[in-house]
Amino acid sequence: MTPLLATKGLSRHFGGLRAVDNVDFTLMPGEIRAVIGPNGAGKTTFVSMVSGRIQPSSGAIVFDGADITGMPAYVRVRQGIAYTFQITSIYANLSVYANVALPVQLTLRHGPSKSAIQAAVMTALERTGLADRAHMPAGQLSYGHQRLLEVAMGLALKPRLLILDEPTQGLADSEIDNFIVLVRDIARSATVLLIEHNMPVVMQLADRITVFNAGKILAEGTPEAIRENAAVQEAYLGTAP
Amino acid sequence: MSEASPAKAYALHLGVIALLFALSFVLPEYYHGLLARIMVLAVFAMGYNMLFGYVGLLSLGHAMFFGAGLYGAGLAIIQLGWGVPLAFLVGIACGAVLALVIGLLALRTTGVAFMIVTMMFAQVFSLLILYFATWTGGDQGQVVPQPARVLNLGATSLDLTDPTVRYMSALLLFSLVLLVTLAIVRSRYGRVLVAIRENEERTKMLGYDTFSNKLMAVVVSGTICAASGAAYALLFGYVGSSFASVQYSILPLLWVLLGGAATTLGPLIGTVFMYYVIDVSSGYTSAYLLIVGIALILLVLFFPKGILGTIRQRWLGWLP
Amino acid sequence: MHFGPHLLLAALEGLVTSAVLALTALGLSLVFGVMRVVNVAHGEFFMLGAVLAWAISTAISGHPAVGFLAALVIAPLIVGAIALVAERLVLRRLDYNPEATIVATIGMLYIIQQLALTFYGPEARPVEPPFSYRILLPWFGYSGYKLSIIAASALLLIATWLVLTRTRIGLIMRATQYDSETAQAFGIPVGRVYGGVFALGAMLAAIAAVLIVPISQAHYLMGQDPLLLSFIVVIIGGLGSLRGTVVAAVLIGLSDGIISMFFSPTLAKIIATLLVAMVLVFRPQGLFGTASR
Repeated sequence: MTPLLATKGLSRHFGGLRAVDNVDFTLMPGEIRAVIGPNGAGKTTFVSMVSGRIQPSSGAIVFDGADITGMPAYVRVRQGIAYTFQITSIYANLSVYANVALPVQLTLRHGPSKSAIQAAVMTALERTGLADRAHMPAGQLSYGHQRLLEVAMGLALKPRLLILDEPTQGLADSEIDNFIVLVRDIARSATVLLIEHNMPVVMQLADRITVFNAGKILAEGTPEAIRENAAVQEAYLGTAP
Repeated sequence: MSEASPAKAYALHLGVIALLFALSFVLPEYYHGLLARIMVLAVFAMGYNMLFGYVGLLSLGHAMFFGAGLYGAGLAIIQLGWGVPLAFLVGIACGAVLALVIGLLALRTTGVAFMIVTMMFAQVFSLLILYFATWTGGDQGQVVPQPARVLNLGATSLDLTDPTVRYMSALLLFSLVLLVTLAIVRSRYGRVLVAIRENEERTKMLGYDTFSNKLMAVVVSGTICAASGAAYALLFGYVGSSFASVQYSILPLLWVLLGGAATTLGPLIGTVFMYYVIDVSSGYTSAYLLIVGIALILLVLFFPKGILGTIRQRWLGWLP
Repeated sequence: MHFGPHLLLAALEGLVTSAVLALTALGLSLVFGVMRVVNVAHGEFFMLGAVLAWAISTAISGHPAVGFLAALVIAPLIVGAIALVAERLVLRRLDYNPEATIVATIGMLYIIQQLALTFYGPEARPVEPPFSYRILLPWFGYSGYKLSIIAASALLLIATWLVLTRTRIGLIMRATQYDSETAQAFGIPVGRVYGGVFALGAMLAAIAAVLIVPISQAHYLMGQDPLLLSFIVVIIGGLGSLRGTVVAAVLIGLSDGIISMFFSPTLAKIIATLLVAMVLVFRPQGLFGTASR
């Protein structure tokens, strides 16, 4: 089986700082992959290069067998790579419905009708439990609901790869439980790449875990293997609260 | 963004057009002529609003697009002796091409740099008009001769210098641009433009080519402004460099701010209102630019949403 | 006159332009650097300096030098005070939002310009130079006053540079420029710094205008060219970079003087404006600046 996503020697330097240093990474279709690591390990820089928000200094990114290294971000989105922002980035002045209608009208490019858009928007909102808030201005949603809207916008793109950048940050425990259910649901139709600090969430969701440290991959394996890995414990888990 | 019934919005706009039509028969001569001019300039403001209101790009150089239409149409008649319809199209084409070139360059910048770059390109444009004075008439400008401003339609001919023909031509252009604007704003493309204004980075990550969308908006905006300029040359018969000066880049900004940015009828209301204020104040001071200055500051300080923007926010959420 | 002396004359004239331009552009650059405000009314502060210089020097009788010196002190103070009021009443209330402040300073431009037209009138009026000594060079005589402009400007630029780099005030300004929120957290009165910087920027323009008015003339539209040239200088020199501003001012001033001897001024302006717009499009950090943080 060909991997859905692969990077070869991917690097990004900011001045003298090697934020991501020569990373070889593979992700198989259908996986839920968690990326963990201490702050500044290069996780967000890594997924930003995958999504096309920043250009790599060197190396290559291959998505579904095709080299996408030089491809602009918006084309990658159309190819099926969706990215949800770490810092909530929604259209605060537009309605929840309009927020989701934007990605929907893109995926329905060929012969979209008003009813088709409406159906697709409501599906995405129902999956994330926001349907009854469709006509509120997005900026008036609670923080937890804004995070869900962020995911709904990603879902509405019908991605093959959904990148979630710290999705549970700032959520209450009850919201996190719902979120885990949602991600499992998403994973039935898309591959999920998840950056996450909350270890219980990672352990429950991930099929495999990749550990970043100082811009490199320190370890990779099943949750159990990572839990047992001494190097990981020293670098990360040991110092975790 | 409103999802109200389109019928209500179209009814309102058709009502405004009908009102303007009816006014033609009741207004005294002076105001009749003034309103024709205001409608043409409101088209300029609508073009500006397309970019500033809906995409959030603040240009300080739109006088060059108005000027491109004005000189394109005017010189086609004066220098080349072409007819009215062709001259009008030449004016519009000049604006569209200029907007494409300026858009390709200026859209590489954002925010304050975009404002300064557009201002500088407009400055170059107005200096070029002065430099090629033998062709353009320099700062004296040129009059488009009255016999050339006649539109021949088979057996009948329309004299654009006739007040009624002039008023109706202005109204026709105004109505067309108003309805086109309304259609764009309500379309899927219009929603993408607003999304770019609200959060460009997010829009990119939803799969939209924001650069191309913005470029398209600059071209549409520039073309509408050029249509206004071309109509001005044909209807009022004067082509002058003052219309390409910085001041004519500031005025549409003022009209749009006053009427309400990102409202379809705001540009008209702002233009009418500003002309009214200047008309009233001309009894007290000849320095009408003083009024412009004070209005700009008061607007940004106390009234940033303008007349229609405030009405929409407080009472009529469905206004497009 | 042969080519060599001709060039020397052009270079001297260019240096005078550079000297005045450096002061004016430094004001614009300081305001942009510290406050991130593009002050479109900067040229009007320049004009106001010149008009006030005329008013003050005409009001004071006696030797022209007395009136001129009085103008050199009083005109910038008045302009600074006006700028401070404008900053308090308008810019501060806009929270220094970059786009709103541009629109507001455009408003200020028209207000100041039209008030000058109303109260000063449309005439161009000269101010007598403080002294009229001519330095005799082998090929031509040259105004001693013009040379003193260069010297005065150089002194003021060095003084400003010393203030910025060696004093507590300069340190506070740089801290505010670097990160106004952190500066606020460290107890720096950011609001007062902004007010002071805006006033200082306007005063530099006013001083430049007082220096130049004996060899040009005071007129209510005279602010337009200095504004455009200052923009050019600040952009070429790198937005907010003081050293770049001075280097660019000398470059632009010299080339302006030399070019306008050989080309039509309109053509020179077209080329310069176009080039600068291109710099802003393709190299926004300026020709001498480094990439922004």
